[in-house]
Amino acid sequence: MSHRQDGILEPRQIDASVPATERLGRGPVAIIECVENIPCNPCVDACQKGAIRIEGDMNGTPSVDFDICDGCMLCVSACPGLAIFVVNKGLPGGVAEVSLPYEYTPLPSVGDTVVTLSREGAVLGEGTIQRVLSSKALDRTPIVTLSVPADHAMDVRHFLAKEPPA
Amino acid sequence: MRIRQHPILEFEKGPLIEFEHDGRKLTGHEGESIAAALHAAGVRVLRHSIRLDRPRGFFCAIGRCSSCLMTVDGVPNVMTCVTPLKAGMRIETQTGKGIIPDVRFTHPPADPDYPRDLGNVPLAIVGAGPAGLSAAIAAGRLGVECVVIDENAVPGGQLIKQTHMFFGSKEHHARVRGIDIGEILLKEIEDLPVSVITGTTVLGLYADRVLALLRNDRFHRLTSDSIILATGASENMLAFPNSDLPGVYGAGAVQTLMNVDGVAPGKRVLMIGAGNIGLIVSYQLLQAGVEVAAVVEGLPEIGGYHVHAAKVVRAGVPILTSHTILRALGTEHVEGAVISQIDPQWCPIEGTEVELDVDTICLAVGLTPNCELGSQLGCEEAFVAELGGRVSIHGAGLATTVEGVYIAGDASGIEEASTAMLEGRLAGLSAAGRLLPDLDRNELARLKKEASEGLRTLRAGPFGEHARAGKRKMLELAGVRGGDS
Repeated sequence: MSHRQDGILEPRQIDASVPATERLGRGPVAIIECVENIPCNPCVDACQKGAIRIEGDMNGTPSVDFDICDGCMLCVSACPGLAIFVVNKGLPGGVAEVSLPYEYTPLPSVGDTVVTLSREGAVLGEGTIQRVLSSKALDRTPIVTLSVPADHAMDVRHFLAKEPPA
Repeated sequence: MRIRQHPILEFEKGPLIEFEHDGRKLTGHEGESIAAALHAAGVRVLRHSIRLDRPRGFFCAIGRCSSCLMTVDGVPNVMTCVTPLKAGMRIETQTGKGIIPDVRFTHPPADPDYPRDLGNVPLAIVGAGPAGLSAAIAAGRLGVECVVIDENAVPGGQLIKQTHMFFGSKEHHARVRGIDIGEILLKEIEDLPVSVITGTTVLGLYADRVLALLRNDRFHRLTSDSIILATGASENMLAFPNSDLPGVYGAGAVQTLMNVDGVAPGKRVLMIGAGNIGLIVSYQLLQAGVEVAAVVEGLPEIGGYHVHAAKVVRAGVPILTSHTILRALGTEHVEGAVISQIDPQWCPIEGTEVELDVDTICLAVGLTPNCELGSQLGCEEAFVAELGGRVSIHGAGLATTVEGVYIAGDASGIEEASTAMLEGRLAGLSAAGRLLPDLDRNELARLKKEASEGLRTLRAGPFGEHARAGKRKMLELAGVRGGDS
């Protein structure tokens, strides 16, 4: 199945957006899961360090210079496709952080345990909310950072708030 | 069901008032549409059909399809999807054609600001959506006095329900939400010689560019030196057993209900169509707290952008390509749906039927350009499948085959709102060029080139293939039949 049939990226398409293991270990970095030639380029303008480039006109796909990108997250809420995630695998203790755009209510609170979901919408396990950014500059696209087991970092792309205890 | 919490929107509702529905007291918010108030109160059946007495709900929610006609204060055939709710209204389910009461109908009092003859305006623009407003801004900036006429109560066209961020680049308001783009465009016209008349329907266009308008049940006449048709498009219907049941709604109607009125269309929705509209509305349903059972697409591939698909897939909504809906279930309203896989000839594959427990079926199966006014004026037309149906033949500068009449936006071929804005700008510039002979031709050419270049870039990728092919055919036809520059 291709992503055109079920909306799910193939592993080779994901690999192309992921930096080398050594870079991942150095700390937060933007992962852009945008593989199609669509007319769109706000990510390029959002990055103040010039780490994101689109070759040719705005129909090209974006690429990140992982040596320049420091995972500042300015691009995350700028992406109309909500396709940018920041992954931090530079943490000790077998834990990684995934930051993702989250346009749902209610917003989770720091410390909440949530159910983590994959690109396919499958349950991966649990994560803990570390930070919730929701400033005016983010224009109603809050960024939620959750800690997950390190081996889930490249798979967690969404989460479900756990039902509050009855 | 009212939406209590929304991540993007805050609903400003009128005061809570009482009204009567089939003898029963209900409450709703003053000023919201009657259909929305009834839906919020759990009423989905609005009338019964003329011949077969089938239950009917609304379908388009923008005053086009006539599915929502009810008897209001004794008057039958009231379009409840666009009629504002007032305290004490007596609303009845309509059966058949309704009975016209034996009373003398009176006109509302004349509005001194709107005499019967509204005089002449250099540029009349029909439709205050992204194309129409952009046309007014472009022409207004060059000093052309414009009147923009729209049948809706508020200007902005479909932008008023687009909660998602737009694509494109910063010159095209990329990363700004559609709802906010509407506000930006309206702000821009404030300082320009542009007036917007809402709640007013252009009933007809006549020779010498005369417009017949209907406003508050009164007729008005407006003449113009030039006209831009930015009339948008209508949603397509899909035929399947029970497709007329209340609960089968157009995607635009679902957006209006949840993003304008703040009313959830149901608890669990089946989306038909995985183009950008189907995907975006599915995401918006999830944001409104509504479950989406699946997105069904007849084609073997998703039509919309992957990034839109990814948002709903990661939230657990399956996208089923090469699938179709076989029938809706229910007698008074939708109580379920049966879907199945289809083979390459679009025939259902036996044994693959699945019954889904849904109360709403949302159709996002394409749009058809609204070309009626152009037809009436004698604009030559062509059916171009890539543009979504019949459109007035137009050249690169959006001129139709009738002198002084231009077309822009979805009315000239179904595309995105970003292209509609650029087409509107281009049409506005073309009209200004015709109306202002003293205009600096070099400057006009530069502005037109800028808009054309923008359109070229927006259409350059694989998703612009239809638009490119359709517009190419248009240019060939215009070359033969004389819709110019």
